[in-house]
Amino acid sequence: MSRVLSRLYMGLIGAVLLAPIIVIIGVSLNEKKRLLFPPQGLSVTWYGEMLQDPEWVGALSNSVVIAVLAAALSVSIALPMAWYLWRWNPRWGRALYTLGIAPFILPPVVSALGFLIFWQIVGLYGHIAATIVSHGIFFVTLPLVNIALGLASIDRAAVEAARTLGADERTVFRTIVLPSVRPYIISGYAFAFVLSLNEYIVAYMVAGSTVETLPIKIFNALRYGYTPVMAAVTVLFVVVAALVFSLVAWRGDLPRLLGATRPPR
Amino acid sequence: MTAPAMTAAPVASTPARNAPHGFIARLPALWPAAMLCVFFLIPFVIMVAFSFYHRVEGGLYQPAFELDNYARFWSPLFTRVLGFSLMTCGLAAVFCVVAAVPFTWFLSRTRRPAQVAWLVCILSILSLSEVIMGFAWSILLSRSAGLSNLLVTLGILDSPEAWTPSFGALLMGLCFIGFPYSVLMLYPAVNRLDPEITEAARTLGASPLRGFFTVVIPSLRQAILATAILVFVFTLGCYVLPQVLGKPEHWTLSVLITDQAIYQSNIPFAAALAVFLVLVSLALIGLTLLLGQGRRR
Repeated sequence: MSRVLSRLYMGLIGAVLLAPIIVIIGVSLNEKKRLLFPPQGLSVTWYGEMLQDPEWVGALSNSVVIAVLAAALSVSIALPMAWYLWRWNPRWGRALYTLGIAPFILPPVVSALGFLIFWQIVGLYGHIAATIVSHGIFFVTLPLVNIALGLASIDRAAVEAARTLGADERTVFRTIVLPSVRPYIISGYAFAFVLSLNEYIVAYMVAGSTVETLPIKIFNALRYGYTPVMAAVTVLFVVVAALVFSLVAWRGDLPRLLGATRPPR
Repeated sequence: MTAPAMTAAPVASTPARNAPHGFIARLPALWPAAMLCVFFLIPFVIMVAFSFYHRVEGGLYQPAFELDNYARFWSPLFTRVLGFSLMTCGLAAVFCVVAAVPFTWFLSRTRRPAQVAWLVCILSILSLSEVIMGFAWSILLSRSAGLSNLLVTLGILDSPEAWTPSFGALLMGLCFIGFPYSVLMLYPAVNRLDPEITEAARTLGASPLRGFFTVVIPSLRQAILATAILVFVFTLGCYVLPQVLGKPEHWTLSVLITDQAIYQSNIPFAAALAVFLVLVSLALIGLTLLLGQGRRR
């Protein structure tokens, strides 16, 4: 009885979660430039249009450039920080860690406004570098927490043994630390990448009028009416997110990354 | 906007050692600290300072220390928007948690491959842009392609209706983005629960449903409350959904902040609103931390 109830409930939630995505996929396949569901006639013209229209391609390339570099910046900040805190556990470690978590806890619109004012003063407002650095800082929490989890899983005895045998800091890092945390670095990068790709408010406040990313482009397009191209772009987002997280799950331990301490059956 | 469960990750728990001396040895800590200070802490401080600045007509401002921007809060418009934001996001948080607790419980009891598949699905939806969620839901609730067509086909409705923009649509959208967040917040706590406790309840004669309400829910009380508060803060920050799924009277505090900053060019007032939003959020997060400490004792 509880099994049936559980199946039923999860099925219901699954249906609600997937409903908008199914409708969007359907709408994107309309033959004419209308948003009908079920679609009238099946065609993939809108996907072709998305890849040919220079405006959509420009937004896509902006988004990808920003996400690739911002995620790299996030990792470049998170990795040394997580390592230093794990290795030396300094007194101010908790304060620094909290600072790394803060961008994630505050309402995004607040960070976005802070970035906006800052870049206006610095004079890079509206420049793509402003978006990249802002995203790199904004998403630093994800690789930080991921890598901290990875470091926590390292067996301290192995590190001690290596030191006793005369390994210096660099060797320990290269032979023990790095191999253990590599999957966590990659998943941290993946999280930051996907979220940067999808981020709207910071990108908009910092350089929305000059550097158009895909979410900004979609939001601007919403005001002039809906087209199936927007649905096609949305499908692209869903596919990229599902693909990246599937890869993370395939290469790493997703339940553990998400905080499970007891392995599932 | 994601994997919030991970924010509870542990920092190193080894005893403090002698930290190294010298610039190079400290660089791994100095570089992140410098980046976060320059690009996060300083902008934040500047924003707080700006909230006291004086606005000059024409989108400019001059340094000052005045409370005028905060005094503007006592306008009927602002109090209405604030009240509406708190009420809507509170409702969304309650709905999310009510739906997410049984879901996460069932999820933690599924087999590993299915569980991982669900997690990938939850993460993917969580990561989707608010813009995309808003777009998807406005299609789903529209007249031409929406659910109402399904109801017409089933004979429940006479003609298709547009259900957006409306308050219901906004609430649905907020719940939809809050739900994956709630699941990932609850997941570690639910996972940590000993599966034997429900079995014990069952051995003592409680039905599974009764066991869920009398054993599982009470042991998750703190986590449930913390999740509700963080989802509340999270939805309070939503900016796009109120504009896409709601009417202008459904705009929330976040929309007002952006509107003031970008369209009205009134950065001091926007900053004051943002500071206020931070204070509300911090008060709520502080409450969560307090509750967490109560649990540890």
